[in-house]
Amino acid sequence: MAEVMSVADGRARAARTLLNQLVLPGEELVLPEQEDVDSPARAGEQPLLLNATARARLRVVCGPGLRRCGDRLLVTKCGRLRHKEPGSGGGVYWVDSQQKRYVPVKGDHVIGIVIAKSGDIFKVDVGGSEPASLSYLAFEGATKRNRPNVQVGDLIYGQFVIANKDMEPEMVCIDSCGRANGMGVIGQDGLLFKVTLGLIRKLLAPDCEIIQELGKLYPLEIVFGMNGRIWVKAKTIQQTLILANVLEACEHMTTEQRKQIFARLAES
Amino acid sequence: MEVVMRADAKVRVESGTESSPRGPGCSLRHFACEQNLLSRPDGSASFLQGDTSVLAGVYGPAEVKVSKEIFNKATLEVILRPKIGLPGVAEKSQERLIRNTCEAVVLGALHPRTSITVVLQVVSDAGSLLACCLNAACMALVDAGVPMRALFCGVTCALDSDGNLLLDPTAKQEKKARAVLTFALDSVEQKLLMSTTKGLYSDAELQQCLAAAQAASQHIFRFYRESLQRRYSKS
Repeated sequence: MAEVMSVADGRARAARTLLNQLVLPGEELVLPEQEDVDSPARAGEQPLLLNATARARLRVVCGPGLRRCGDRLLVTKCGRLRHKEPGSGGGVYWVDSQQKRYVPVKGDHVIGIVIAKSGDIFKVDVGGSEPASLSYLAFEGATKRNRPNVQVGDLIYGQFVIANKDMEPEMVCIDSCGRANGMGVIGQDGLLFKVTLGLIRKLLAPDCEIIQELGKLYPLEIVFGMNGRIWVKAKTIQQTLILANVLEACEHMTTEQRKQIFARLAES
Repeated sequence: MEVVMRADAKVRVESGTESSPRGPGCSLRHFACEQNLLSRPDGSASFLQGDTSVLAGVYGPAEVKVSKEIFNKATLEVILRPKIGLPGVAEKSQERLIRNTCEAVVLGALHPRTSITVVLQVVSDAGSLLACCLNAACMALVDAGVPMRALFCGVTCALDSDGNLLLDPTAKQEKKARAVLTFALDSVEQKLLMSTTKGLYSDAELQQCLAAAQAASQHIFRFYRESLQRRYSKS
């Protein structure tokens, strides 16, 4: 039953006014183009239309934490509302929430642990509700005769090709051209530890300096999985542990505290 | 990280000294809420109402046993552990009430064939236990990032022998009361999600209690918002 609610209704608020603010589950958001429909009398921001009769339909992408509810967006998770304006279309809206549990998403690069080998498929634990399946042919240069050397307990860095709520997730260790591109079995030694999903996104953001600062500290190898897992390896065990502790603490530290810690570590 | 949020509700008036019946807009006890205090569960929260304290942990969406899986939505499980002794029939019935409330609010269809488990541990019981459990469960579900269509809260009302309405009664007041009513309300339009009552009351009194609970729930939702605001302001 579609009810037409006016914007004057206390419940639905304009998405634009809530950007970068906290939104709670249950709140409804009105998209910019809908505001014009609901209150045509407002002089506000009218999109510039060449054809006045046809309303330009902007394609707005509804990201994580939001659901379509009629012609509005319903917030389903608690967090900050974000918006990104791409070249064409209405942009992407999503909710930046802090979470520990990973839900598989197609295209995500994750670190998994091989838990079983059954016939031609490896079962890989990625931290979701069920293990992902990885075919032995999904490695670079793998053929039926040339099987990859993967044992139970190995760490795998791969990406999801199938990940939706209805099917068992499937991952591969090659890209669409058939090259490994960094994916595959992660080497010996090193330390795997778990952090929150928000921290991973923060570390992988293009403007994050934490990784460069870490690199200046010690030479290291590091792999980030979008499922909250980080694998790190440095020259000695002590250095590896220091790096792991610093990364885990990064979540709660401010920039100044972090710089202090790095300075102190660089001295010793 | 742990964020402790305290709300100073209005000062409680002792019911013994009050002679005239109270109207709706009665005071609730002092609240406090802490989130993300346990490291193992995906989401955790501790909720305090006066001296009643409940700790909640949420695991999910996680693996589910084939016998319990539902093909098109998440299996929600609630486990309530009393402070002392083994869980009995009363706990089972409260678990069911909490589960029904959560199922109405959680978007289980987004995670079929998974399980979402809410574990509640009673730390101290000084009245209004079920309402405190509901509040703790809601905060823990939000902390875990489980998709929900609204927030919910629990409010307890007690009717004493004179017909006075008391919100958020203490254990002593609940014992002396003629009727104790607990409501679960959602945050969107303060609609009723669950109600459980014990005792003798009239239809008009039920409506009066429901109205008082709806007014009180606004206060609780405002507290939720402040508590979460505090948590997200750090990042």
